[in-house]
Amino acid sequence: MNDADKKRLLREMIFYRRFEDRTFEAYMERKIGGFLHLYSGQEAVATGVLEKAVVGQGNKNDYVITGYRDHVHALKTGAPAKEVMAELYGKETGSSRGRGGSMHIFDPTQNFMGGYALVGQPFPLAAGLAMGCKHKKTNQIAICFLGDGANNQGTFHETMNMAKIWNLPVLFVCENNGYAIGTHIDRSTAVRDQYKRVAAYDMEASQHDGMDIDIVMEAAEKAIDFVRSGKGPYFLEFMTYRFRGHSMSDAKSYRTREEELEWEKRDPINIYSKRLIDAGLITQDDIKAMEREIDENMENEIIKFAEESPEPRVEDLTKYVLDDNPDPRWIGPLQK
Amino acid sequence: MAEMAYWEAIRRAHDEEMANDPLVIAMGEDIGVAGGTYKATLGLYDKYGEERVIDTPISENSYTGIGIGASMVGMRPIIEIMSINFALLALDTLINAAAKIRYMSGGRVQCPIVMRTPGGTAHQLAAQHSARLARMFMSTSGLRVVTPRGPLDAYGMLKSAVRCNDPVIIIEHEQMYNLKEDIPDEEFFRPLEGAEVVREGSDITLIGYNYSVHLCLEAAKRLEADGINAEVLDLRALKPLDHDSIRKSVEKTHRVVIAEEDEAAVGVGAEIMAVINEECFFALDAQPVRVHAADVPVPYNARLEKAAIPSAEDVYHGALKVMGKI
Repeated sequence: MNDADKKRLLREMIFYRRFEDRTFEAYMERKIGGFLHLYSGQEAVATGVLEKAVVGQGNKNDYVITGYRDHVHALKTGAPAKEVMAELYGKETGSSRGRGGSMHIFDPTQNFMGGYALVGQPFPLAAGLAMGCKHKKTNQIAICFLGDGANNQGTFHETMNMAKIWNLPVLFVCENNGYAIGTHIDRSTAVRDQYKRVAAYDMEASQHDGMDIDIVMEAAEKAIDFVRSGKGPYFLEFMTYRFRGHSMSDAKSYRTREEELEWEKRDPINIYSKRLIDAGLITQDDIKAMEREIDENMENEIIKFAEESPEPRVEDLTKYVLDDNPDPRWIGPLQK
Repeated sequence: MAEMAYWEAIRRAHDEEMANDPLVIAMGEDIGVAGGTYKATLGLYDKYGEERVIDTPISENSYTGIGIGASMVGMRPIIEIMSINFALLALDTLINAAAKIRYMSGGRVQCPIVMRTPGGTAHQLAAQHSARLARMFMSTSGLRVVTPRGPLDAYGMLKSAVRCNDPVIIIEHEQMYNLKEDIPDEEFFRPLEGAEVVREGSDITLIGYNYSVHLCLEAAKRLEADGINAEVLDLRALKPLDHDSIRKSVEKTHRVVIAEEDEAAVGVGAEIMAVINEECFFALDAQPVRVHAADVPVPYNARLEKAAIPSAEDVYHGALKVMGKI
């Protein structure tokens, strides 16, 4: 990876952090409604894994799918930030035309196949995306990002089994942040190491530090090569931490300030910034300038677009329930 | 034209659609090597191979989800659920995902899956193999629900369902797989919307769907002997429901019996009564009657089972009641 790419990666992670911070502000101003789940703290995982996948190239992309904490996965896959923000604002110009909101970002033009509020759902959907890729022989793979809490759904076990028996090109990325909503992993799950759970299905798996993007990228590259070469599914586990609550309504009463401070020392952005500074690639002032440029772009382009975009029309309420232009040969009316 | 059983008609539709489009696949328990519990995919494993006729583990929710995921990248999966009772396990992927993905993506992603499943009572299969869940699916936005009454619709509606861009639930029936009907040799399609008058009449409308259409037809024959000329309306599609045909028939006959194999509460009959109330109440000359299953889990004992499920006799008596004859 060259120096320009390293600086770009740092910029991306800072951008994702600032994006989430800005949605927090908009939520407090009641410009964003519903549930809002922020990714702050976990940036190295999505950024690092997807850096090694095919993203940002439209329909040549690998397929990416995740749960409701989905903004950053969508952005890194290639969804335009303006459209993701407009979706959070519920606007017609949003990624899902204002019908999905924070938890349901979709951008099929970049093969980002959604955020889902049922945390067990993306497992089989991802395996299905992979089955489609395999069937069509496109050399694409499916990448499924989910938290450790999702692994206690039955679909986890059902899907690991089928992904393995059908040798599907799917990469499961477990972002183990230690909490299933507000319940600590030791109280919800019989084993802390999630990668061990897929041994029951004879699936390749490994566990890594999720706060250091260089470690994430190294592990992801190997896993993606494995999956793309037709060797079958792979399960990657990254140990990470979400700096904010589960959602905006979370008082974080279930964890201690000491624990949070320990993890904040391992902030993925700080780890990578320091590494680039130590290597002489960038200075603290450069980073400050980068942050200023990000914030200006955020206000002048992204927020402005979201604020000024139109709301969906009430007359369009019933659009998109079924195919709005169905073929009468299959639908009818019945010839009497 | 050749006589063909319901299961053969479904098998033929699979075969033609799989031959027509390499993106069509079939998946379900025992559908491949074993040929399907009701033989709906018999011989197709040998013809199309294990990658297209996929024997799944007993994991309904996830293999339905895998079908949905595959449909999101352009595949056309026909998912068989061995019994509608087991579809309850797949409700998360079916209702929370397939039925909602088009809407919550703002129309940008579609899930053109077909789910086929037998959804009636047969002979002493007891409570966990006798559920009738049509009413649950017909109340879900984002799904199409159809109920072919015979081989012609079983064939033509499956073919339409494969090509349609929406998730389609096809509710078949354990007691209809051997039902025979003449079917044209050349390819044809039957639409996924629209009720059908299967017997013209002027005195009373008997409304059925799926197997209960046959109960209505049998009851109509008996009513004819009594000098009552009954019309039989097959709903064919429960979602979207064809209000126009219901209204038209009620305005013609002014009397209605609805025959449903499901329990009554929050059911198909309840919905039709609401439609009649809202759209043609003043066309009625008598209170409509629902003929439906008893509000019990279906018992094993044959005598009790018979008492729990509506029969042609029950539909006949329901009609006499509406006609003021009893």
